[in-house]
Amino acid sequence: MKPGTPGVHGPARMPSDMFSAETRDGRLHLRFSGPLDRAAAAARWDEAHRAARDARAVTLDAGEVTALDSGGAALLVSLAGDEAEWVEPRDPAAQGTLDRFRKGLGTARPSGPRHLRFRPVTALGAYTLGRYHKFLERAAFMGDTILTTIGLLPRPWRLRWAEVLRHLDEAGTQAFPLCILLGTLIGVILAFQSSVPMRQFGATIFIPQLVGISLTRELGPLLAGVILAGRTGSAYAAELGTMRVNEEVDALKTMGLDPTAWLVVPRILASTLVMPALSMVMNITGLIGMSIVMATLGFPPVAVLNQLEQWMSVGDLAGGLAKSAAFGLAIGYVGCRAGLSAGRGPRAVGDAATGAVVGGIVALVLLDGLFAILFFRLGW
Amino acid sequence: MAAPEKAAAGPEPVITARDVAMRYGRRTVFKDVTFEVRRGEIFVILGGSGCGKSTLLKLLIGLMPPSEGDISVLGDEWAKLEGEARRHLLQRIGVMWQSGALLGSLTLSENVELPIEAHSHLPAAARALVASAKLGLVGLGDALDRLPAEISGGMLKRAGIARAMALDPEILFLDEPSAGLDPITSAGLDQLILSLARETGTTFVVVTHELQSILAIGDRCIMLDKDAQGMIAEGDPKKLRDESEHPTVRAFFRREAM
Repeated sequence: MKPGTPGVHGPARMPSDMFSAETRDGRLHLRFSGPLDRAAAAARWDEAHRAARDARAVTLDAGEVTALDSGGAALLVSLAGDEAEWVEPRDPAAQGTLDRFRKGLGTARPSGPRHLRFRPVTALGAYTLGRYHKFLERAAFMGDTILTTIGLLPRPWRLRWAEVLRHLDEAGTQAFPLCILLGTLIGVILAFQSSVPMRQFGATIFIPQLVGISLTRELGPLLAGVILAGRTGSAYAAELGTMRVNEEVDALKTMGLDPTAWLVVPRILASTLVMPALSMVMNITGLIGMSIVMATLGFPPVAVLNQLEQWMSVGDLAGGLAKSAAFGLAIGYVGCRAGLSAGRGPRAVGDAATGAVVGGIVALVLLDGLFAILFFRLGW
Repeated sequence: MAAPEKAAAGPEPVITARDVAMRYGRRTVFKDVTFEVRRGEIFVILGGSGCGKSTLLKLLIGLMPPSEGDISVLGDEWAKLEGEARRHLLQRIGVMWQSGALLGSLTLSENVELPIEAHSHLPAAARALVASAKLGLVGLGDALDRLPAEISGGMLKRAGIARAMALDPEILFLDEPSAGLDPITSAGLDQLILSLARETGTTFVVVTHELQSILAIGDRCIMLDKDAQGMIAEGDPKKLRDESEHPTVRAFFRREAM
């Protein structure tokens, strides 16, 4: 800590006769007297070590030390080295402190810095093995989830529907205000941004179909996905990660309950079902935002509706919503996997939540790319 | 003016609690709790689960104020202390938390160095030396560079004690030091507390409900009870075990269901 840090006690002012260093017969005599606490030790540390730096033989005289704490003992022991002659403190309490300090240090064995040598081949091998084990773990989780879901299909009553409803509420209805706000703003922004170049071509009337198509086919599902990954994917990971750290997942297993059916499937089902609803909210509020901008540009809502009706098809909307459901599935799956594969320790839950958000967004964009190719091939 | 009466009464009290009550909303955890802890003794706060032992500990270390009553630690009342004066009192006490509460991203040595760094100008080499000595004293001399996630529960508690001792405090507060430990580790921890108390003259305030530990280390104790919402006994644990007429105290010391 730097001197002058707010709130730290300043070094104690010490009388000058508390420490002296003199060389007699080729031997450095370091003499301490009076109370030697951590403030005094801090004040004398540099001076005493400078004096002792080049000395071949040291006599450490602590005979007149009247009070000693661990800081003072650290100063004395650090000056003494292995071959110093000692004059032990006459004060019994100070002697006791020094003895305990030596006793503690006697058993301490610093293990030195970790990972002292960098071995590239070992590091590469360890990394590859790590990735391989992770891949196996992920494959097992995916297989387990698929098999459990298939197993539940003929027996849907075995699914915890109350849990599904709770997650629908948490991931869906509680996210509506955020979706309404973002959807409206995105509609307004898109309309304003596109109005500038469109006006140059006298094509302002075509803004509704531009915004409408980009929202329903692309931006609505994508932004709803980002909201779901940030809000729900991370919450899944944190909740399941905490359950894993608290051994609740193991407890379920020992009770004969399948954690995948109990914890994973309801969450993934909820996120899959909720995504089309979130996308729809984004679409509608985005179109409303765009209509407000169009009104300021002199186009009444009827004109906007006519344009949308003329140029947009149900296929645009249906494609976007189908895509949303796939996004929801992926985000829920990634969130649950991150949570259930969380490690131990205080950082595990945080790491799982981060992994869920990052993995969710990456999965979202990858799936979006696949859907773009698919829709192109199908001519949608 | 001399104070001969005080000297004649034995070691001076370092903690005084007078008519202390704690309430959460309408729920009273305890009330009318009055006791003194004298310098150099091992004072045990005992009682069954949910009786407010850990809450009382939090009041004693100034983490929260009592709903009623006064608590004085080393002559100061937490409520009246602010800024530098509060920091000064914090340097004179050490706390070991139930689970160790070590910072997960720091090694054991760095954890012990933390309070020294916060409260002194000692250079890094001195801090490391003190941390090594403290960890060596609790038997963790070979685990200085280990992370908390890499050691066992008993080791975590011992490291917690080492960190609590880092500033050579006058009072050490220990929350459930032997809970969840095997009998051998637990007995080792009791021995450590006893030897530290006898050798350093440190006052210990130990919160526990481990019967063997209470009898092994406790000089004096108070017992809190959930139903009575307060103290039901005070004194030497062994005497309470043998002589108390209170049904809950008897049941507690004889491990009987009520």
